[in-house]
Amino acid sequence: MKEILNQLLKSATEEIHSAPGLKELEEIRVKYLGKKGEITSVLKNMKDLSAEERPAIGKVANSVREEIEIILEQVKEEKKKVEMDAQLEKEGIDVTMPSKKHERGHKHPLNVALDEIMDIFLGMGFKIAEGPEVDTVYHNFDALNAPIDHPSRSLSDTFYITEDLLLRTQTSPIQVRTMKQQKPPIRIIAPGRCFRNDEIDATHSPMFHQIEGLVVDENVTMADLKGTLDMFAKRLFGNQTKTKFRPHYFPFTEPSGEVDVSCFKCGGEGCRFCSGSGWIEILGCGMVHPNVLEECGIDSEKYTGFAFGMGLDRITMLKYEIDDIRILFENDVRLIKQF
Amino acid sequence: MRVPVEWLKDYVNIDGIETKTLVDRLVLTGSNNEGITDFTRQIENVVVGKILEIKQHPNADKLVVCQVDVGAEVIQIVTGATNISEMDYIPVALHGSTIAGGVKIKKGKLRGEVSNGMLCSFDELGFDGSVIPKEFDDGILILDQAYPLGMPFLETLKLSDPIIDFEITPNRSDCLSMIGMAREVAASFDQTLVHPKVYEDKASSEIEKYASVVIEDPDLCPRYTAKVVQDIKIENSPMWLQIRLMQAGMRPINNIVDITNYVMLEYGQPIHAFDLDSVDEGKIIVRRVKPNETIVTLDDKERALEEDMLVIADPKKAIALAGVMGGANTEVTPETKRVLLEVATFDKTSIRKTSKEIGLRSEASSRYEKGVSDQLPLIVVNRICHLIEALGAGKVVPGLIDVYPNPKDKVRIPFRISRINQVIGSDLTEEDVIGFLKKLDIRVEREDGLVAVPPHYRLDLDKEIDLVEEVARLYGYDKIQMTLPKAATWGALTNGQRIEKTAKTELLASGVNEILTYSFVSKRDLDRIRLGENSYLRNQVELINPLGEEFSVMRSSLVPNVLEVLSRNYNRKNQSVRIFEMGSVFLPRENDLPIERKMLTIGIFGEQEDFYSLKGIVESLLDGMHVKDYFFEKEANAPTYHKGRCANLFVGKHLVGTLGEIHPLVQEEYSIGVRSYVADLDFNLLMQMTTEDVLFTPIPKYPAVERDMAVLVRDEVTSRQIETIVRRVGGKLLESIRMFDMYKGKQISEGHKSVAYALIFRAEDRTLSDDEVNGVFSKILKELEAELGAQLR
Repeated sequence: MKEILNQLLKSATEEIHSAPGLKELEEIRVKYLGKKGEITSVLKNMKDLSAEERPAIGKVANSVREEIEIILEQVKEEKKKVEMDAQLEKEGIDVTMPSKKHERGHKHPLNVALDEIMDIFLGMGFKIAEGPEVDTVYHNFDALNAPIDHPSRSLSDTFYITEDLLLRTQTSPIQVRTMKQQKPPIRIIAPGRCFRNDEIDATHSPMFHQIEGLVVDENVTMADLKGTLDMFAKRLFGNQTKTKFRPHYFPFTEPSGEVDVSCFKCGGEGCRFCSGSGWIEILGCGMVHPNVLEECGIDSEKYTGFAFGMGLDRITMLKYEIDDIRILFENDVRLIKQF
Repeated sequence: MRVPVEWLKDYVNIDGIETKTLVDRLVLTGSNNEGITDFTRQIENVVVGKILEIKQHPNADKLVVCQVDVGAEVIQIVTGATNISEMDYIPVALHGSTIAGGVKIKKGKLRGEVSNGMLCSFDELGFDGSVIPKEFDDGILILDQAYPLGMPFLETLKLSDPIIDFEITPNRSDCLSMIGMAREVAASFDQTLVHPKVYEDKASSEIEKYASVVIEDPDLCPRYTAKVVQDIKIENSPMWLQIRLMQAGMRPINNIVDITNYVMLEYGQPIHAFDLDSVDEGKIIVRRVKPNETIVTLDDKERALEEDMLVIADPKKAIALAGVMGGANTEVTPETKRVLLEVATFDKTSIRKTSKEIGLRSEASSRYEKGVSDQLPLIVVNRICHLIEALGAGKVVPGLIDVYPNPKDKVRIPFRISRINQVIGSDLTEEDVIGFLKKLDIRVEREDGLVAVPPHYRLDLDKEIDLVEEVARLYGYDKIQMTLPKAATWGALTNGQRIEKTAKTELLASGVNEILTYSFVSKRDLDRIRLGENSYLRNQVELINPLGEEFSVMRSSLVPNVLEVLSRNYNRKNQSVRIFEMGSVFLPRENDLPIERKMLTIGIFGEQEDFYSLKGIVESLLDGMHVKDYFFEKEANAPTYHKGRCANLFVGKHLVGTLGEIHPLVQEEYSIGVRSYVADLDFNLLMQMTTEDVLFTPIPKYPAVERDMAVLVRDEVTSRQIETIVRRVGGKLLESIRMFDMYKGKQISEGHKSVAYALIFRAEDRTLSDDEVNGVFSKILKELEAELGAQLR
């Protein structure tokens, strides 16, 4: 019987290996292992064996059955894999064909730059203050220590609604409003639209955007001003950026300054963006003039502060190498979709 | 302010200091550099030559052939110049030389005659046409004297040093002068200023015999000094003086005018010279304009004068517009024998107003506008007299007229070292501070504390904070440390800013692009969108001085702006466009700031787009903002929109906006060739409708039962009507209702439509039985039939 069993194992193995597909394998399984299969029928004859022989033969029978099952399973897996591979092969596609991309919307480039700048200042503990585009002469000029006969107040520089109302020429009126409403410590940036009576050309627009900043507290110094703006420049233009502070004049700050950053296009070597100087002027700044603090009801002996301002349009144009400001307000989606 | 370094050297020792070092240091002390003109960088190999012979060109009427001695050799040069003579010394650009604009000169033949170089004009040597003296306007530069032949030309006229252009801030009128800049240089490099020579007056005064001055309006003319010069000989100024004027940006005229300009550039004090014989009785009266008075100014224009302007007059007539421009009637001419020199100060506001009102801005007025020290005239008047005598232009009459009715006190500024350090964030000692101030000629005295007395020309120094700035700039902004403010503040968006950000994020996710358009628009825009005459949006905020009609009012709606951008994109062949703008609109208020509201306006067009894609964008936005209870209602009366395809958006009982297909006439008006859709939402209102706190709803445990329903209804029945009934009757068991089909046509009777919905039922606490669902479902159908006449299909 043992020989019969081994013979069965041999023939089963051969048949399994030569089976062409899954269907044939199933037939083989039934033929050998099924209820009426050959192994089963061998086992049925066990009763004719002696009690001594029975366990040994039973063992052999079981191991033959197990072996057939294992081989069967192995080959079945292989066949399955081959069949699936063939199926997948058949389902193949051209992956270089166009995608079904969902088109998202894009922010306006000015706001891409603005969001980046706001994030930097939010991270430095600044809040964002807003104010009206139409404001009073008082908030835009008087409270900011602008001399009464200053040319910037004239009709040829500023758009007026009435004698007392104008389109703000800077976002500084927001600073004034903030100082009047809030006690120090104050730490804000004020972004927004501004307006000046300029004819439209490649570098001028009657509407443009500013971002100003204001910090007022006890013991705020020019050193704090330098540290803050240096950190801002490094975050916006990269860690290797250097800053240069030069004295300048603004009526609402004293001491006043302008800030150049090492050219972020050429790294300071000199290129067309920095007119060969290696530096790009981006900011005006200074210590808030005591007259302005006092006008806003802040004790200028106890508190000091600094303020700074920059042109968002200019920074955006420099950053993205846009050479005509008009294109920013045309809103051709082919521009916007690049950002 | 153009500063020729060669001239600067008269007042301050800067030998051995490189131009770059000079410029860099001055930039750091507050005089920003706006450019450097360096002749040595553009002019090469141009030398002094002498014309030995001039012969007519054999083949050209308009050319001559010159033999020119350039030292090493005699060369032949062909030229078309007409102002040259034999024995003239002239600049010669040799073969292989470079002249202004990088032009290379090479030898060649002109109409058959060899030419080994070129004779040069001022223009070819790099001078701007506006400063070239009339006599050399289109001729060769003829040198004033014999120079060694072959000498580099730039050395002859001392043009080897650069001209530095500095930006002078409006507070530093004292720096609009050579001496002012020399002071800055001296302070920056620890040098002392060398004062120029001045005329020393004789003991006896004779001027009274020739002239007198009366100031009738001292509020507009604080000080008037005058000198008389006789035996005037009008001629050209010496070349060195002409060159300095030209380098500084002024055209030489004649010796008297040139000297007044020269001294003005030197000190920043405007000076005027009158032909004294044309001044009636030699009597100068400084007064306000008389009614209907006019004057013909030096530029030969008759000027109508207005009340409150200041004139210089003689007893009969106005002879100058004070501080702005002289009168033609007293102009210095080649025949002038005696002049009266006016060195005065005028009220800066009055000068600014006058020069603006008559539209005339001169070198004098632009300086007076910024302020001139009352102490300057005394120094300046004697400096001119010195130069006039030194250059042999005339003889100074002894004696001075000086009318100064209300002398000003010196400014005294108490200050504290601690305050200076508090603002700068520095650690300067009293000695440091006094040292810096001293460099600027600011005297420090001690009373109860320290008191600074600035020099007379520093009109900008008035308060302690002004001294802080002076100390900071001389200490050096670059030496100030970098620290960060110490207060514990935190950065955060306000609720409104956060909602705005969410809204924009939702729109971007829906494929809508952000645009930014002008806040000021044309009044006609509202006509273009067919807005009714009585619409409240017609009440607009108007500009007094707009750039033009198209920018004349503040926008009261964003719809025209969005349509304009849709139109531009359509006409530039952009196929499918989704845009939005979030921005302010303006409505006027009596005696107050206008109301500014934030609007959100969306515009779309494209092959895939219809009303429902726009509605989808709006719904995604509302869902993203967690706005609840919104619904749309048909709107047939909005003039901008297609009356059959327009809806109002409500949140609860609030009307938040309108959306729809643009009216064909509006579309045509904006030249948009396809159907376009616009949603106009009141964002201020919408912001208040958002749900701040979102709460979690448990995910259902029990299975849902789905039932589809198709009913036949009349055309005018709206989906909203059906949904409302279904929801009401479905009650708590109805989880959702979704329309999935609408059909009209075959098998559907005229005036009707078939609509199909998927209804999902579910209970929170149990599995619904078929019976239960069937019960509700049939109740729903019954109700639809009763209320809307709906028939189950």
